[in-house]
Amino acid sequence: MPLQSLDIRRRSATTTPSPAARAAATPEVAKLIDTSKCIGCKACQTACMEWNDLRDEIGTTTGVYDNPRDLTPQSWTVMRFSEYENPKGDLEWLIRKDGCMHCEDPGCLKACPAPGAIVQYANGIVDFHEENCIGCGYCVTGCPFDVPRISKRDHKAYKCTLCSDRVAVGLEPACVKACPTGAISYGTKEQMTHDAAERVVDLKSRGFEQAGLYDPAGVGGTHVMYVLHHADQPGLYSGLAAKPTVSPMVRLWKGATKPLALGTMVLVALAGFLNYVRVGPNETRDEDEDQAEREKEQTHV
Amino acid sequence: MSDRHSPDVLVRYTPAERLRHWLVAILFVCAAASGLALFHPALFWLGGVLGGGAWSVVLHPFAGLAMSLAFYAFVRPLWHHNRLEPRDRAWLRAMRDVVDKREDRLPEVGRYNAGQKILTYVLAAALLALFATGIVIWRVYFSNYFAIGVIRFSALLHAFAAFVLVVGIIVHVAAAVWVKGSVAAMTGGTVTIGWAFKHHRAWFREMIRPSGGR
Repeated sequence: MPLQSLDIRRRSATTTPSPAARAAATPEVAKLIDTSKCIGCKACQTACMEWNDLRDEIGTTTGVYDNPRDLTPQSWTVMRFSEYENPKGDLEWLIRKDGCMHCEDPGCLKACPAPGAIVQYANGIVDFHEENCIGCGYCVTGCPFDVPRISKRDHKAYKCTLCSDRVAVGLEPACVKACPTGAISYGTKEQMTHDAAERVVDLKSRGFEQAGLYDPAGVGGTHVMYVLHHADQPGLYSGLAAKPTVSPMVRLWKGATKPLALGTMVLVALAGFLNYVRVGPNETRDEDEDQAEREKEQTHV
Repeated sequence: MSDRHSPDVLVRYTPAERLRHWLVAILFVCAAASGLALFHPALFWLGGVLGGGAWSVVLHPFAGLAMSLAFYAFVRPLWHHNRLEPRDRAWLRAMRDVVDKREDRLPEVGRYNAGQKILTYVLAAALLALFATGIVIWRVYFSNYFAIGVIRFSALLHAFAAFVLVVGIIVHVAAAVWVKGSVAAMTGGTVTIGWAFKHHRAWFREMIRPSGGR
């Protein structure tokens, strides 16, 4: 979505400030996914398809409820089902709606080399602008949650937009609209954090001692948050990262390396040029030719 | 015999060697421009060399792969000239005299000086690293076969190796432009005997021996 509908805070591969003349009146937003209220109906997946006009290929069943099995360029959100036997011996069905977490410190945006292909709006949403995407896949390398997918059809990267186009005109994301149990809600990040805290108190009173909010600090917090019954073990939810961060290798690659390498290249080129003008061209003089000639003749005598 | 009438030049590079060198050079320009475009936003405009960002992503790996192979073909027959000798150490110690153009103070140099030899090894090592890591981060064909940690490490190492390669080539070009007669050696194939006498005396003596040459 272009600037006229949402203010941009950060753009990929851009060293100058983002357009910032308008004061961002919009507060930061967040989607809150309460896993304890989710019934796994996949209405959110369907709503996502409908709104974003996505039609994935019909896959094959593999004996589990996950369908499709993974995020794809055509499936920007996927419900992941896991069966967990708790210490009491009871079975818990933990269902997590997977998709882009809209990190406050987005690894994809940091890694992206194409100017303006990934933006972060003032409200916190991280969005891909496919018209600027060059298909390198660095966003996949940078993402701590394995979310972006490169389309085989056009070699562009796709993921959940948090329905930035709906949000821009004051609507809630399609998945939120469709959720029949109220497991997905949308509002300001502040409001969602507050609502989550209330729900966590509620869950604790119902015996989920470790209930909590998943808003990982390692990526500066996220604009998609989970209420988890087992917040102490996010990995139970189909491998949700316990402490996600942008990899130190990605940070080094896209951090100090860039100015240091570019600076060194410029300095070496400059040193070569300056030494040339200092000592002058290294020419072969006539006496070199004469000496060489003499030595050659002696050798051949 | 007819020595007095033969032109006072020595063959430094055969036509085949020159063609291989310039093939490497052209492919380097393609790979480096497109690679630097992806490395730093300040250089994104260099992607225009291969037709823009998306074309750079498509063509860069092929240019890099072809460069590695062409470099191998170019350097393999010349590799033995690059064996380091004791006198190379003295040459390196006298680096100050090298940049000051005081070649009279330098030890005798064979076909290649210590700087050229080390550059050959550095370029070969950088290209090997670029080749291996480049396969890993070649998204369309290969990245799906590698774990994310390996891809991240490869992306970092690829950037580092490319940095080493580019710095090496900057030094190479600066030296070639500075030492007059070098570019002519790689374009026309010959150097004057004075050039050889001044810059590569041991090689000069080897070449003028009656049984000399290669």
